[in-house]
Amino acid sequence: MAPVGAVTVALVLCAGLIGMAGVNPLKAYAEMINGAFGSRLAITETLTRAIPLILTGLAAAVAFRSRIWNIGAEGQFYLGALFTAWAGHGLVGGLPAILAIPILMIGGMIAGALLLAGPVLLRLRLGVDEVVTTLLLNFIVILFVGMMVEGPLKDPLGFGWPQSVPVDRAFMLPDLVARSRLHIGLLVALSAAGLIWLVLSRTVFGAETRAAGLNPRAAAFSGIPLSQTLFLVSLLSGGLAGLAGAIEVLGVTGYVTTTMSPGYGYAGIVVAMLAALHPAGVVGAALFVATIFVGADAMSRATGVPSFIADVIMSVSLLTMLTALLFTTYRIRR
Amino acid sequence: MTRVLELNHITKRFGALTANDDVTLHLNRGEILSLLGENGAGKTTLMNILFGHYIADAGRVRVNGDTLPPGQPRAAIAAGVGMVHQHFTLAGNMSVLDNILIGSEKLTRLRSNRAGAIREIAAISDQFGLPVAPLARVADLSVGERQRVEIVKALYRRARILVLDEPTAVLARPEAERLFQTLRGMTAGGLSIIFISHKLHEVMATSDRVVVMRGGKVVAEKVTSETDQGELAELMVGRRVARPLRQPHPAGPVVLHATDLHVIEGGQTRLDALNFTVRSGEILGIVGVSGNGQATLGRVLSGMVRPTSGMLTIDGTDMTRMTPRQLVQAGLARIPDDRHAEGVIAELPVWENAVSERLHQPAFARFGFVRRRAARDFAKNLITQFDIRGAGPDTRTGLLSGGNMQKLILGRNLVGQPRFILANQPTRGLDEGAIAAVHTALLAARARGAGIMLITEDLEEAIGLSDRICAIVKGQLSAPVSPKNADARTLGLMMAGVWGADHAA
Repeated sequence: MAPVGAVTVALVLCAGLIGMAGVNPLKAYAEMINGAFGSRLAITETLTRAIPLILTGLAAAVAFRSRIWNIGAEGQFYLGALFTAWAGHGLVGGLPAILAIPILMIGGMIAGALLLAGPVLLRLRLGVDEVVTTLLLNFIVILFVGMMVEGPLKDPLGFGWPQSVPVDRAFMLPDLVARSRLHIGLLVALSAAGLIWLVLSRTVFGAETRAAGLNPRAAAFSGIPLSQTLFLVSLLSGGLAGLAGAIEVLGVTGYVTTTMSPGYGYAGIVVAMLAALHPAGVVGAALFVATIFVGADAMSRATGVPSFIADVIMSVSLLTMLTALLFTTYRIRR
Repeated sequence: MTRVLELNHITKRFGALTANDDVTLHLNRGEILSLLGENGAGKTTLMNILFGHYIADAGRVRVNGDTLPPGQPRAAIAAGVGMVHQHFTLAGNMSVLDNILIGSEKLTRLRSNRAGAIREIAAISDQFGLPVAPLARVADLSVGERQRVEIVKALYRRARILVLDEPTAVLARPEAERLFQTLRGMTAGGLSIIFISHKLHEVMATSDRVVVMRGGKVVAEKVTSETDQGELAELMVGRRVARPLRQPHPAGPVVLHATDLHVIEGGQTRLDALNFTVRSGEILGIVGVSGNGQATLGRVLSGMVRPTSGMLTIDGTDMTRMTPRQLVQAGLARIPDDRHAEGVIAELPVWENAVSERLHQPAFARFGFVRRRAARDFAKNLITQFDIRGAGPDTRTGLLSGGNMQKLILGRNLVGQPRFILANQPTRGLDEGAIAAVHTALLAARARGAGIMLITEDLEEAIGLSDRICAIVKGQLSAPVSPKNADARTLGLMMAGVWGADHAA
């Protein structure tokens, strides 16, 4: 209930802003829905946008459940993407696609996981706040990506644009729907959500991560190896964000630029919170955020309200959701 | 005698629950009235009505003959009622003076009258024997000192009727004794006091009169000198509760052996050359003033801290470097001293807490998946076997009362028939009924042949359960004494570090 209420309140608040821009909010929202679902193309675009959001949302949800504040999904996304472009360009050349694609995806996951491993080790060993380290690493990684796409990995056929070498055409993910950008990455993302749900709710490892997040002292007392569990959780989280980057390259762009993510990593935090950190909820929340992103562009073209309203709606949703969580946490029970 | 306070026919319902059912009681000038009852008997609700935090559904409160308007704490304060809550309401980062002054001066004043306030606080301190340092920061004070600040705060607001809600829950024994003396002095000065407690010996030691509450009703009113602990316990619980008696029982072979145990934590020596054994079928009691190393001893035996040097064996096997999981596997049971912080995870259901120490054992895990049905059945079994009330396997553990939570912890530990049990403050904060249940379970484990170490601050408990008692002082253990030779005085001396060879059992 909390997410529905929070989103409703957010939409009402943003209606005020749209009204101040001189447009009837109901008309604007209708345009938004139409832009996101009004045609075959619109629907496939929205779903395509949802793919990385599901994965970064899962990355945030997995980490937050164990109270590891991974704000670095954006960087992990880029590092996963960069590894995939690099390896997919030459390293796995000659392999059949059925082998190469999983290798590239796993490689992207490892890249993302390793990026989070450092900050988490610092937190576990020395108590360094991972909010700061993971956040700052985002900027370092994006600058690193910029250096690579301007330098060693620059596409010689890219007409001077700062983009990386492309992955081999043979390794691009097949389309899920003909004549659209929607690719089978959607199935990968959905299975990831199902798998994460299974692991978190049914396995011993999932039970341990839950305990470690809720009450670390009691978890340690009952014999759960705290550092080890939290470390594995962060590998999983970083891996999911890296996978998002790998799939975006393999499914949509084919190469890496420093502007390929409109903030998927940060949006993943919103998705996870709107989902109340539940893996199934992540799928729904990712669809909502994708709808806002895609719909806002269409609405902007039709009504002249700046498409920045998408970021505003998303941010306000996060704030209302946090407020709603506060209320439900402190609800008086009898 | 003048009645300074009267509560007439107070009834308060929360939904289906009647927290106070037609409660009537009065307080005379200059007396200490104990309000005795188990957790959930309605004591705190009643005091919250008196203080205007809740509005009663029926009944009224009269102070010095005048009816108080319901639901107005300010009116209660103005009438001279002061309350010292169980959990202090002080701001740690502010000075004692600020904490006392806050809210007592008119907002329209330009400057607060600090010098005058300090003089007045000094006068109160002198009059009632409550020394406080007005300029000290509250965060730097001990719990006992903070409590004094709370009392001074109430007196500064001209309180003539003082309500103390379980004031000794946070205090060590000597601090509590001191508080009782202070309270005596205060009544001599004309104050009237309501003392809320569920500890019988405190009620006997402090009060003039006792009102016993059970299930929201007043079940008895006694003059303290004309009653005894047994009668009060029975009235409070509603049935005869006797703590079980220890039957003589020959001790078997050594189960746990500690040799020259040293622990240094945070650069300080916490345990200093400890040597002890616990035999099968025996309870070794450890008493001590808190802060003398018993917490560390508990942590070492639960596997949370590794000894700096020395050796621990269980049934001859070295357990010095075992992890908590290995200890449980080796037949060691651990009851932590803080059940909320270490014993259970309040947000998780009962069944997850029931199996949390055994998640990796094949009984509850297959191919890395939790065997949820087996785990739920295990929890169900614990609930029936250990009489855990108000719980099903899927109940959120945090909703259990302290006693039932402790029975859950006890149950999951005892059901595996452990060889050794570490019982660290196993009855802290529990009511009489739950204490009896815990004692019965521990004695049953002893009769079965488990070796038990009982770390406790409750001397009666130590004397009642233990076969041998040691005091722990500054990280060192005294020679054990037999409970036959141990009374509160002997143990008190031992806890102060005075022990001689003649006490040895």
